[in-house]
Amino acid sequence: MKEALYTIIVHSENIAGVLNKVTAAFTRRQVNIETLNVSASSIKGVHKYTITSRTDAINIERIVQQISKNIDVIQAHFFLDSELMHREIAMYKLSTDILKSQPAISQIIRKYSAHIIEVNEVFSILEMSGVDEEITALYEELRNFNTILQFVRSGRVVVTTSSFEHVDDFLESRNKEHKLSRESCWTKDA
Amino acid sequence: MIKEQKINKEVQAVKMTGGEALLSALEDHGVNTLFGYPGGAIMPVYDRLYDHKEKLNHILMRHEQGAIHAAQGFARVSGQIGVCMVTSGPGATNTITGIADAMIDSTPVLVIAGQVGTKMLGSDAFQEVDLVGITQPISKWSYQIRSAADVPWAVARACYIATSGRPGPVVLDFTKDAQIGTLDYQPTIVDFIRSYVSNPQPQEGSLEQAATLINEATKPFMLVGQGVLLGEATAELEELVKKTDIPVGETLLGLSAMPSAHPNNLGMLGMHGNLAPNKATNLCDVLIAVGMRFDDRVTGNLETYAPQAKVIHLDIDPAEFNKNVRVDVPILGDCKQSLKKLTALCAPRNHQSWIDSLLPYAEEEHRVVCSKELCSTPDGALRMGQVARLVSQAAHDEAILVTDVGQNQMLSSRYFRYTHPRSLVTSGGLGTMGFGLPAAIGAIYGNRQVNHDDKKPVVLMTGDGGIQMVIQELGTIMEQQCPVKMVILNNSYLGNVRQWQEMFFKKRYSFTPMENPDYLKLSDAYGIKSKRVVSEEQINEAIAEMLSYDGAYLLEVCVEKEGNVMPMVPIGGTISDMLLEP
Ligand SMILES: Cc1ncc(C[n+]2csc(CCOP(=O)(O)OP(=O)(O)O)c2C)c(N)n1
Ligand SMILES: [Mg+2]
Repeated sequence: MKEALYTIIVHSENIAGVLNKVTAAFTRRQVNIETLNVSASSIKGVHKYTITSRTDAINIERIVQQISKNIDVIQAHFFLDSELMHREIAMYKLSTDILKSQPAISQIIRKYSAHIIEVNEVFSILEMSGVDEEITALYEELRNFNTILQFVRSGRVVVTTSSFEHVDDFLESRNKEHKLSRESCWTKDA
Repeated sequence: MIKEQKINKEVQAVKMTGGEALLSALEDHGVNTLFGYPGGAIMPVYDRLYDHKEKLNHILMRHEQGAIHAAQGFARVSGQIGVCMVTSGPGATNTITGIADAMIDSTPVLVIAGQVGTKMLGSDAFQEVDLVGITQPISKWSYQIRSAADVPWAVARACYIATSGRPGPVVLDFTKDAQIGTLDYQPTIVDFIRSYVSNPQPQEGSLEQAATLINEATKPFMLVGQGVLLGEATAELEELVKKTDIPVGETLLGLSAMPSAHPNNLGMLGMHGNLAPNKATNLCDVLIAVGMRFDDRVTGNLETYAPQAKVIHLDIDPAEFNKNVRVDVPILGDCKQSLKKLTALCAPRNHQSWIDSLLPYAEEEHRVVCSKELCSTPDGALRMGQVARLVSQAAHDEAILVTDVGQNQMLSSRYFRYTHPRSLVTSGGLGTMGFGLPAAIGAIYGNRQVNHDDKKPVVLMTGDGGIQMVIQELGTIMEQQCPVKMVILNNSYLGNVRQWQEMFFKKRYSFTPMENPDYLKLSDAYGIKSKRVVSEEQINEAIAEMLSYDGAYLLEVCVEKEGNVMPMVPIGGTISDMLLEP
């Protein structure tokens, strides 16, 4: 079956141990995670995981089903690149000496719309955000100058092009459903 | 984190320790039976238990594995949560097999384990293990209680998760300071977790689509799994079958969802199942799977599994759809409701000619396999299937059967006959040897829980290998005077493995012959009445004596040494191509 790069978006309660359960769904099926980004989401108390992984359509469906099954996972979905706007941020630590002595490097930096965010006598730091290929391409070009002291990339963050953020709606409808079904005197301790 | 809970504020708060709160919370959730084993890190709870003996019947098992399997047996028979309480470290790790077993067989159990004090956590303290870490992949939920104030919520959440939706095991890792610390206790329930939909609804139109397929089918066939028992939907199943006349096959764990004697019941599916239902799987035009998960022991080779059929799948767990078999119409939700709605949408049908066309397979299986298995061998040795059927008959097909794992399991579940739902307790998904004896102890209490007496006998059918894995639980039976009817089908072999060696490994019996102790002397030492039987002349009387005896009874039946479980679908084989002879 044909492999593709999938982006998986997971929303979960902010509870210790959920990350473990999310990654276990991949390891159990011997599928590698390419990038993983975890952060607070726009909803208070809800965490968002953005994961990329190269696998086939059947595996990804099953992995996402298994992730969704966790008690504290609110929703999990997967997407192809065509359904997303995606960006990564990368930082390149360069030797200031080489940067100064090679004007071609500055041209490359402009070509990629990267920014220099720090310059001192020893090193300079270049920051760039873009799609995965651009970040790799800039890295390859700079490497030719033997100037890279350190390189780091963030892993993907994405926005879906379809209207995806149903999590808000979902939680709201869950709360409504529940209120309808019983007189509530629920306490929500943070 | 958000803690959704409902606190009964009308009840006056009582100051108590976390350990006591745990027991109170269990009582508030209707728990009255615990299976456990004490130790250092759970002592504060056991100390409080001393004052709760009136309401909480604690059964002291002889091993923590016994405690968890007993809790499973209790839950499987009663449909209520089974509770097991152990100490930290080795006590906790001894429950792991049972937790994994309960997970794969969807059994609602709660494991309460002691844990070292919060200040010691992560320090490799004496008897510290990362239980939450270990149990995460094999439990529905596991949680570490670090403060006494958390206890009412944690117990309520654990009970809700274990018993709702697709049931499963939950683990509470109870730190010592949370046991000792105090709180103001008020009864608390959890019946809503926003991230967890325990009662999902069918997708729009799916029931109608399914009904159309069923109404148009000429050869529909239904697969019934444990979901029907867990969802208490046996009456709804019966209604659907009555109206639509669809023939039915049951998975191992689905056995007893429909009486064996029902004319539409073709028997058991899968590797060692019956020929007719396995044939029907690959002959039908519409396959309706209810509360089952297309386990590989049921499907055989997936490539050749029912390729001709449209598949309708009813399940409460959406992760089961398309997991192994591509589904045309998934129906999400509680099968009790879905079956009812489906029945209303289905037209009355008569499928007699389709059912009749399958009968020759049942006759063939009977002629080649069952008729032999139900009789002694030519040289007079008893066979497992024969013994199982005689026990079943002697108990008027009313017994609760608990099995161990191996040939004893396959042959007793095949040849027992079931009249009531939840009358088979067996380790299906994990195939855990040593499950049977402790699960049978649990089944005694589970039966009392729902039937309030011991009229339905609990019969354990076990192998000589399996019982030796948990033989220490004879001590529990002795102490509790637990009226388990134990039948050891003794073939002096790890029979199931020996059969595979015979069939697939050139009869090289590598470490499968096994010497046995004198079970009668052993029973004697435990004060348990017992008898050994070697031939047909003795068997009926011995079974009758066992069943009528007031109390536990161990019946050792020396059976054919190299008997085989037939028919069989070899690993990776096509489900409808069953071998009838080895
Ligand atoms: C804990 C465990 N260990 C090993 C096995 C593998 N196994 C499956 S059946 C079997 C033989 C069981 O022998 P016995 O209990 O005598 O039953 P029989 O098959 O002879 O009826 C073994 C070793 C298992 N299922 N579970
Ligand atoms: Mg044996």
